[in-house]
Amino acid sequence: MKNPYLPIPMVVKKACVETSDRMLRTLELGFENEEDEKAFQFIPGQFCELSLFGKGEAPFGIASSPTEKGTLKFTINKAGVVTTALHQVEEGTPIGIRGPLGNGYPIERFEGKNILVIGGGFAFTTLRSLIVYLLQPQNRSKVKDITVIYGARMPGLLLYKQELEAWTKTNDLKLVVTVDAGDKDWKGKVGLVPNVLEEVAPASENTYAVICGPPVMIKFTFPKLEALKFPYERIYTSLEKRMKCGIGKCGRCNIGHLYVCKDGPVFSYDQLAILPKDY
Amino acid sequence: MKFEPLKLNKNEFQSFLKELAKDHDLFAPVRLAEGVSVYRRIDSTDEIDLDAFNPQKPLKELFFPQSEAMLRFEKVENRHRVTSADQIKKPRVVLGARACDIQAVSILDDVFLGKEYTDVYFLKKRQSTTLIAFACNSPLSTCFCASTGGGPFDRKGSDLFFIDLGESYLVEPLTDKGKALTQSTLFVKASQHDIAFASELEKKAVQKTDASLPMEGIEKKLDQLMESRFWDRVHEKCIGCGVCTFLCPTCHCFDIVDEAVNEQGQRVRNWDTCLSSLYSLETSGHNPRPSGRERTRQRVMHKFNYFPKNFKKIACVGCGRCIIYCPVNFDIRQVIQDAQKGEVSKNP
Repeated sequence: MKNPYLPIPMVVKKACVETSDRMLRTLELGFENEEDEKAFQFIPGQFCELSLFGKGEAPFGIASSPTEKGTLKFTINKAGVVTTALHQVEEGTPIGIRGPLGNGYPIERFEGKNILVIGGGFAFTTLRSLIVYLLQPQNRSKVKDITVIYGARMPGLLLYKQELEAWTKTNDLKLVVTVDAGDKDWKGKVGLVPNVLEEVAPASENTYAVICGPPVMIKFTFPKLEALKFPYERIYTSLEKRMKCGIGKCGRCNIGHLYVCKDGPVFSYDQLAILPKDY
Repeated sequence: MKFEPLKLNKNEFQSFLKELAKDHDLFAPVRLAEGVSVYRRIDSTDEIDLDAFNPQKPLKELFFPQSEAMLRFEKVENRHRVTSADQIKKPRVVLGARACDIQAVSILDDVFLGKEYTDVYFLKKRQSTTLIAFACNSPLSTCFCASTGGGPFDRKGSDLFFIDLGESYLVEPLTDKGKALTQSTLFVKASQHDIAFASELEKKAVQKTDASLPMEGIEKKLDQLMESRFWDRVHEKCIGCGVCTFLCPTCHCFDIVDEAVNEQGQRVRNWDTCLSSLYSLETSGHNPRPSGRERTRQRVMHKFNYFPKNFKKIACVGCGRCIIYCPVNFDIRQVIQDAQKGEVSKNP
């Protein structure tokens, strides 16, 4: 029988620092065994437990898209013991992963709909996965307009800058990047995400909203979505909690009777409305 | 009944255990100190303490140990050699478990043997274990198994059921696994008199067990109380030590940590408690359950609201350990009664 606690062996193929404060680093991991790679089927929004033997495990959303074959990307915020160690690993370092875990974004519901993606700060990781996935020509034809609003505190803190650059040049999506405070080189928008959302004001009709960001951004953006008449069942978010097992056993990440690890991490707002505010 | 009830003279009990020990690892309550006994693997039959009412640490420990190695790892030529530490060498027999603890293990089955993911560590121990239950002839004042769907003579989940008749045991084989342990000539057919006496003991024990706790509709009642000021009062007394969760036979939260030197060592899981502030504290400093109010609510809700939502049963078997061992006399029975009324009558 398969042991769900046994990590898949991976190796660091590439590592790069994303932000000017050097707190965010993206690791690109390759599979050690071909059969593991074949068996690893995921959808955007799912996550993995990254494992550094001797340090421990921590959960991270998969930042790469299923359409990007060969490697998996994770963007890691340096905060605790495991994440600090993950900031020190070099190319060639062996790493274990368990996954894919969790439910992921409800991709099949997006068919024939407009998609509004709202991201803030380093919560943009699984949103990147979603956007790259939707931009693949075959998938792109299945959804209508894609609008992406992405905000960070400062230009230096934006993730995936080269891709943002490329996305501004395509007609496949409308990208609005904003920062709370610009610097002398910043030519883009300055303003908070909720205000920018109001300005851009995409129609809520036939549209799904996916929103990920720091609690304070969610708190002020959510009323704007309500004002735009987005129904709760068409607003999705991805939650984080301090989880351990990732498979609904260890009990740490429950919100009411649901577990963020296996019933989430993606929830719709009508689901969250009836749960205790334990997050 | 599938099998005929048998009888084992107490003089023959030692011989029975010796027979069992030939091809089983035996586990039974062992007395560590005054009033403290735990389930341990026994080498000699003298170690068994069947007088203790119920071991301080519950039966779950034999399937979900307080601390358990999951993986062992070492670094070899820049790669990790990882092995699963889930081996069980011999079939196991557990002796002397009470009905409440056995009911609790079946509750843990729902968690660990779930459809999507199977916890191999729990499963292997469960599959290789035969459970010999002992009936409770004298339940304590803190027992309320009769209120939680069980009873002092409840046979559900046992393979073999022993009833103490004084000079002998009435032995009821309940499963093929249990029956297989009674093949020796030590067991004789029980007489009508023995059977009648056992059922008299059962009646007395059942009468003594508190069946009055109003469990009906508790899930719905707690739904209504979720955001209530009720919890402001309930949690006041609790000091968050977590002993109720550690000694609870159904609590199953755990933490996973690595114990290693130079990337050689083991990944271990340890019992954890939702009553600790560290349990939910995130690295950012954010704590989704910032005070005792949310944490006490979590403990009560998980047992009587969340678990029933997921598995159609409450996660409490009325063993009373959380009442006996609480340093501040927090009483879960009072919380249930108050929740049903929707107000805190006195400090639980």
